[in-house]
Amino acid sequence: MITISPHASEKIHHQVIKKKLTKLFRQILPDPSILTEQEQLVPYQCDGLSAYQCTPWIVVLPNNIKQVQKILHICYEQGVPVVARGAGTGLSGGAIPLNNGVLLVLAKFNEILQIDKKNRIAIVQPGVRNLAISQAAVKHGLYYAPDPSSQIACSIGGNVAENAGGVHCLKYGLTTHNILRLKIVTMQGELLTIGSHALDCSGYDLLALMTGSEGMLGIIVEVTVKLLPIPEAAQVILAAFPDIANAGEAVAGIIAKGLIPAGLEMMDNAAIRAAEDFVHAGYPVDAEVILLCELDGTADQVADELKKAREILESFGAKVRVALSEAERQKMWAGRKAAFPAVGRISPDYYCMDGTIPRRHLAKVLQGISDLSTKYGLVVANVFHAGDGNLHPLILYNAENFGELEKAEQLGSDILELSVEVGGTITGEHGVGVEKINQMCFQFSSEEIDCFHAVKYAFDEKGLLNPGKAVPTLNRCAEFGKLHVHHGKLPHKELERF
Amino acid sequence: MNSSNQEPTIQASVKEAYEEKSALRIIAGNSKSFYGRQIQQQSLDVSIHHGIVNYHPSELVVTARSGTSLTELQTLLAEQGQMLAFEPPHFSETATLGGTIACGFSGPRRPFTGSARDFMLGCKILTGRGEILSFGGEVMKNVAGYDVSRLMVGALGTLGILLEISLKVLPLPECETTIFFQLEEQQAIETMADFQLQGRLISGLCFDEGILYVRLSGSEKAVISEINNLGGEKLKNSKAFWQNLREQQLEFFQTQKKLWRISVPPAAPIVNVDGEWFYDWGGALRWLKTNCDDAEVFDMAQQTNGHAVLFRNSGIAEDIFQPLSAGVRLIHQNLKRAFDPANILNPNKMYSDW
Ligand SMILES: Cc1cc2nc3c(=O)[nH]c(=O)nc-3n(C[C@H](O)[C@H](O)[C@H](O)COP(=O)(O)OP(=O)(O)OC[C@H]3O[C@@H](n4cnc5c(N)ncnc54)[C@H](O)[C@@H]3O)c2cc1C
Repeated sequence: MITISPHASEKIHHQVIKKKLTKLFRQILPDPSILTEQEQLVPYQCDGLSAYQCTPWIVVLPNNIKQVQKILHICYEQGVPVVARGAGTGLSGGAIPLNNGVLLVLAKFNEILQIDKKNRIAIVQPGVRNLAISQAAVKHGLYYAPDPSSQIACSIGGNVAENAGGVHCLKYGLTTHNILRLKIVTMQGELLTIGSHALDCSGYDLLALMTGSEGMLGIIVEVTVKLLPIPEAAQVILAAFPDIANAGEAVAGIIAKGLIPAGLEMMDNAAIRAAEDFVHAGYPVDAEVILLCELDGTADQVADELKKAREILESFGAKVRVALSEAERQKMWAGRKAAFPAVGRISPDYYCMDGTIPRRHLAKVLQGISDLSTKYGLVVANVFHAGDGNLHPLILYNAENFGELEKAEQLGSDILELSVEVGGTITGEHGVGVEKINQMCFQFSSEEIDCFHAVKYAFDEKGLLNPGKAVPTLNRCAEFGKLHVHHGKLPHKELERF
Repeated sequence: MNSSNQEPTIQASVKEAYEEKSALRIIAGNSKSFYGRQIQQQSLDVSIHHGIVNYHPSELVVTARSGTSLTELQTLLAEQGQMLAFEPPHFSETATLGGTIACGFSGPRRPFTGSARDFMLGCKILTGRGEILSFGGEVMKNVAGYDVSRLMVGALGTLGILLEISLKVLPLPECETTIFFQLEEQQAIETMADFQLQGRLISGLCFDEGILYVRLSGSEKAVISEINNLGGEKLKNSKAFWQNLREQQLEFFQTQKKLWRISVPPAAPIVNVDGEWFYDWGGALRWLKTNCDDAEVFDMAQQTNGHAVLFRNSGIAEDIFQPLSAGVRLIHQNLKRAFDPANILNPNKMYSDW
């Protein structure tokens, strides 16, 4: 495990004494909601990116908005940094605490406040689990579309903070497309309403800025999500390919023929085997790649699209199987959704990447990943959202072997660099957090990074919310030493090289 | 399609304006100049910067310069069987892509496929300091950095001049038909809510003068079975009807009165005011022609959990957008200062205080 602390240029210094701050918190929170002892703090050391950790200074567990406002106001006055935490499933270390900061845990905000069937919305507290929303809406024939594979555990507040995606976002969009209104508390402790229950709102699109802001702009204390009618029919095709290039072309072929599948997911052989061993989804273990292609809508529409999709897939050399029952469909998806833990069973540790690329470069990038895998001597299993080019290479390593984590990190960084090179991005849905903060330096110019800081200060003038995450300082970039040519210019030329 | 890269020229103009602290009124096709607070500054024409930068149909992405003609862009997409699924209004043949995104307008398909901001993937902008910055990109998913691209949609050019825009596009529906029903207003609101709860093939849903119009999109077979399913009469000139709605060419929109755009939760109750209503977006977008006081309309919109915009026929320097709460307004002002410290880009176009 690597202990994380913010870069020297990102650290917030303060002189506040722990006892004094807890005394202030005791005036607003019951004792059990304030954690300060080592053994109480350990469970909060890390999030889903468990290779990195830091023991928090103080953990607080408020259960109402007033408490959140007061906690933030106190921290604002005292100059103490604050990190928000939902369910802690994040994969980029966004919720890793600070050793001189307050970890604000939203787990107690776990109520669904209202489901408004006629307007097809649900008003929920931020700690509500993603899947719980759909479970509560099912009696109205509705569901919440974004379905990250972590949906049984992750919180909707965390989903908003990361702009989480899922296996159905090609057709139904990301979190940003599926929320209408947020209530947030600013670092000063002020409660604000962002967005509205209409389809748009007046002023700037602050809802877009909040979505994916990784706890850096404000604390989300209430979320209104859109609900969609459960489609009348859904069918999934499992297509097995003897090689990856054909599979990539088949994906382009489907889109080119005017189909937008609800889900279009790809897994390579290593991932297929791991998933099959784990959940017995019925995957062909000898296939080089499989594609899961789901179509949903009215029964007639699905029947037409299924026929079309099947023909296209076969024309690219796939062996095709259609799930014959709902149970079989669920099983096919279970394999995909359990792919990460399945890989977790075959390797002591794995490191999940999240680059997104223009799909036409799929074959090239996968070849590049395979070459890097050979170069570093580490196995890489690939699971990805093929429809939207979001790759999840899983790098297998063993943290107990000296230097292997560092090797995995370097391999990961090289993969991200490759993604940016072909016109993609370092993160499609998992966020930057601490994990990819250095790589931000090669995706953005110093002016763009400055602009991100300016956006942050528009919300949080003292920079106390989640410092050291998501947006690097230019000093960090200079030290990281990435001299990538960006838009034809050398970035950060004004900074001295270390 | 012809193409012209005028980035250096526009950048030089903005840098000069920044140095001299002289305000600019950004214009392109002038098709939507009626929208926003009416301001007087020196104009900067950005329509000279046009052309397609990148288009890969199988990636579902198009990137074009902001001065690109909206009609030309849509024609190019249609040749590949694709469309801008937010169905933007043009309001004149001169409409450009940049103006469309800066206004953030979306047409009748919006509740069913998404809005202009939903399809925004990335952009290149020129800030009020004359810097050229890029955000987002040409991929469907991108969470590196704050979502500045979507922040630009509907910002009316007050945060930056759009130079290049990348949008997600969607396939054109195989078949499209409209059916209609004769209903009372109350019944219509309820029927629209019911239809939308069923997740049918609906791609347009509006109500005017006792008639509920339902547009269906999908495969031919699916559309036919949907017509049988829902009933109603088949509308003859379906395409023209939705185009006239989108372009505000229907009878309803021919008015000298103030035309308000009121955005509310779709099933919001009918409000009795002295004026006439047109319901689009399955009830979520309501146009109101009225002589009521502005304050009264803003109040009413707020009480229904929505917001109002005085869309057409506003007076000089009149406030047209729903007032913001104090805290939210402060963030707006901070953002404005961050992107445009000298306050030279369309100052006072949105709100009178910046
Ligand atoms: C097995 C596995 C599979 C996954 N699959 C997917 C997937 O398919 N798609 C996907 O997008 N992600 C996936 N993830 C990543 C993760 O589940 C998501 O990022 C999720 O949105 C995080 O939610 P959380 O509640 O756990 O947030 P946390 O990890 O607790 O926090 C994440 C970030 O959000 C901030 N935050 C949390 N709550 C709030 C709040 N209320 N207000 C402000 N900021 C807040 C934190 O400070 C932190 O920066 C997966 C993770 C795992 C472990």
